[in-house]
Amino acid sequence: MKIYDVIIIGAGVVGTAIGRELSRYKLDTALLEKETELAFGVSKSNSGIIHPGTQNPPGSLKGRLCVQGNILTRKISMELGVDFKETGELIVAFTEEEKLRLYGLKKEGESLGVPRLEIVDSSWLRKNEPNLNKEAIAALFAPTAGIISPYRLVYDLSENAARNGVELFTETKVEAIEKKEYFEISTSMGVFRARFLINAAGLFADDVSGMLGIDDFKITPRKGEEFLLDKKKEYLANHLIFPLPARTSKGVLVIKTADGNPIIGPTAEDIEDKDDLSTTDEGLKKVLADAKKLIPSIDERDIIAYFAGLRPVSGNDFIIRHEEKAPGFINVAGIQSPGLTAAPAIALMARDLLKENGLALKKKLMFHSHRKKTIHLFAAPIKKARALIKKDPGYGDIVCRCEMVSAKEVEGAVDRGAKTMDGIKFRTRAQAGRCHGSFCTTRLMKILSEKTNTPLKEITKRGRGSEIVKKDRGDD
Amino acid sequence: MIERDLVIVGAGPGGMGAAISAHENGVKDIFLLERDQYLGGILNQCIHTGFGIDYFKEVLTGPEYADRFIKKINAIPEIEISARSFVTHLTKDKVLTYFKPGKIETVKAKCLIMATGCREKTREMTHIAGTRPSGIFSAGLAQKLINIEGLLPGNEVVIVGSGDIGLIMARRFTLEGAKVKAVIEIQDKTRGLLRNVVQCVTDFDIPLYFNHKILKIFGKDRVTGVSVAKVDSCMREVAGTEFKIDCDTVLISVGLIPENELIEMAGVRIDKKTNCPVSDETNKTSIPGLFVCGNAFKVYDLADSVSKDSELAGKLAAEYLRSAG
Repeated sequence: MKIYDVIIIGAGVVGTAIGRELSRYKLDTALLEKETELAFGVSKSNSGIIHPGTQNPPGSLKGRLCVQGNILTRKISMELGVDFKETGELIVAFTEEEKLRLYGLKKEGESLGVPRLEIVDSSWLRKNEPNLNKEAIAALFAPTAGIISPYRLVYDLSENAARNGVELFTETKVEAIEKKEYFEISTSMGVFRARFLINAAGLFADDVSGMLGIDDFKITPRKGEEFLLDKKKEYLANHLIFPLPARTSKGVLVIKTADGNPIIGPTAEDIEDKDDLSTTDEGLKKVLADAKKLIPSIDERDIIAYFAGLRPVSGNDFIIRHEEKAPGFINVAGIQSPGLTAAPAIALMARDLLKENGLALKKKLMFHSHRKKTIHLFAAPIKKARALIKKDPGYGDIVCRCEMVSAKEVEGAVDRGAKTMDGIKFRTRAQAGRCHGSFCTTRLMKILSEKTNTPLKEITKRGRGSEIVKKDRGDD
Repeated sequence: MIERDLVIVGAGPGGMGAAISAHENGVKDIFLLERDQYLGGILNQCIHTGFGIDYFKEVLTGPEYADRFIKKINAIPEIEISARSFVTHLTKDKVLTYFKPGKIETVKAKCLIMATGCREKTREMTHIAGTRPSGIFSAGLAQKLINIEGLLPGNEVVIVGSGDIGLIMARRFTLEGAKVKAVIEIQDKTRGLLRNVVQCVTDFDIPLYFNHKILKIFGKDRVTGVSVAKVDSCMREVAGTEFKIDCDTVLISVGLIPENELIEMAGVRIDKKTNCPVSDETNKTSIPGLFVCGNAFKVYDLADSVSKDSELAGKLAAEYLRSAG
């Protein structure tokens, strides 16, 4: 049986960032994911903010990794062809007392190394953020904040990692781990062996760690409900808009996204059930009321979608450490916000921990650092679109009318690994618009069916058990 | 840039009716853009009867009703059809950009009729709380899956809202051997036609709950059920009336919204509540020579009414072209 140098459990943004980093070295690395596709856990409901590093306690690990990650993300996004946009963020104050707190936040941010922080006044806000509540008197402006598509980042990290030799295993749920001469990892797809083991299992990191007898931390899911607005509202705000942070979260924000649709949210509620992704009437009310405090023109009728995500929380900071009780085992747990931003820095830290604990790192002669940028018609100027369609007629075959996605893009997504309807949605945005797939679902099912040689009735939303239809009458 | 006398966007009952009427009223250059590969629009998936009673004094199915117009259109050489053509941009000067497999084209319309129809309101627009598993469909998507693709979306169905497509799908699912467990309507009366309530729900002994609303959808991967409660006259939940219905499928049939994103892009004034163009006269908009007809102008109950409305649009377009010289 093959013995991997490193196995990473969990293929969200943390797992794939580590995988991609390790793919620079002469190592046999594998990524194990329990879901049907990557990024289907915590990462899929991330808001997509690349934080500047503010709102983290001074001296915290997450603060340090966030500032470092903000810089690293820019390079990675260039290499992988993922759109990163530096939008800047505003933390808004409405009273003199709140304004004083901005100075505190500025100081804390500066001590973590957040660059170019600035307190801006109401006239600056009127000019640069015209839809902002006129009662705002000042804001902390962090110009280095940005936005990225969280799932496309994961897919592109994994694609690049795979190109550089990392093996990906989906629908591979870890059931037990034993440390013998090697780590023996029993999964739903058989036994894997590895010399080093990294736990990036998100919400289930405590369960995985517990399999090796390390149970000194617990992951509490902190639920966040988010509400997506129509793309028509893309220019509702020019920056990411934050209120002053609350104790357990950064509060309800108005978020620009890489896809154009603004998001309002999230809520923050500690819950028990790691599978509870339901949204509530109360969540909607709260988010809407809070978001309207920031931008009063937000209208309930602009909401086209909503979802809930769970942040894997353990205490107030990340847990990233080598476990002496199980030499070779590294926990990367409790990666709550700003985990997306910090992911590339976390990857470097995990690499260093492997090295310190005996893994020899030899650079490959040939590392493919770049991947060809994925084409999104909705983001292409008309001139570019014209050229694309001329080259490949499939780009002129529009499948999703709300988000302007072509058949060619959908086929490309399937070629690059989409196996489910959600996988297509996250990669291309087909079904993510205002009609919610009412018009394009059948066409997408057919493309997926043909390209993966799967019967229509076995096409799923997000993996086994979520089949779209119950029966094909052609089978009768 | 190519200029055409009359461009019509959409070849459902509205667009086809407008094209025929414009021709009858003397327009000699008509360019009909359709995003699908076939003419007929949503009529193609409406295999039930009830079409044409008003307009043709006959009882027809949707495809039969469409066929009457398709035959006429095909016999008129002055109507040029461009299928699989997806309009992406529209300016106030009536310049349209459209995508086709293999190319992007631009055309300027002297006169323009938009017959873009409507879309269904989604679960998200009604803000139904709960999870987001598979098994939640707009009634029209379920209709397409069954009637066009031959796929049965579910076995135990709860229908939210009593819009016509939902009522028709209650019967359709029943005939396919599925169990329709309830139709839930928040208002005190149906949103659909009385004949559909009788023929599609009452005749099949399907429970129809008025003054009730869906509180939550349950299920992780696939829908497992919904919770329902009675509402008072202000549509507020009445405490203690909540009950659960097990099901694997939820159909949403809570109304239609005109698809007017293109005319909005061109700067036509739109009513934010209804998504219809703001207008004092049928088919007219705030831009001269830009007409809207059929369900894009106003959501009609019957295709027959759409046909009547589009006849007028064709006439108005002809008059506009004559007066514009």
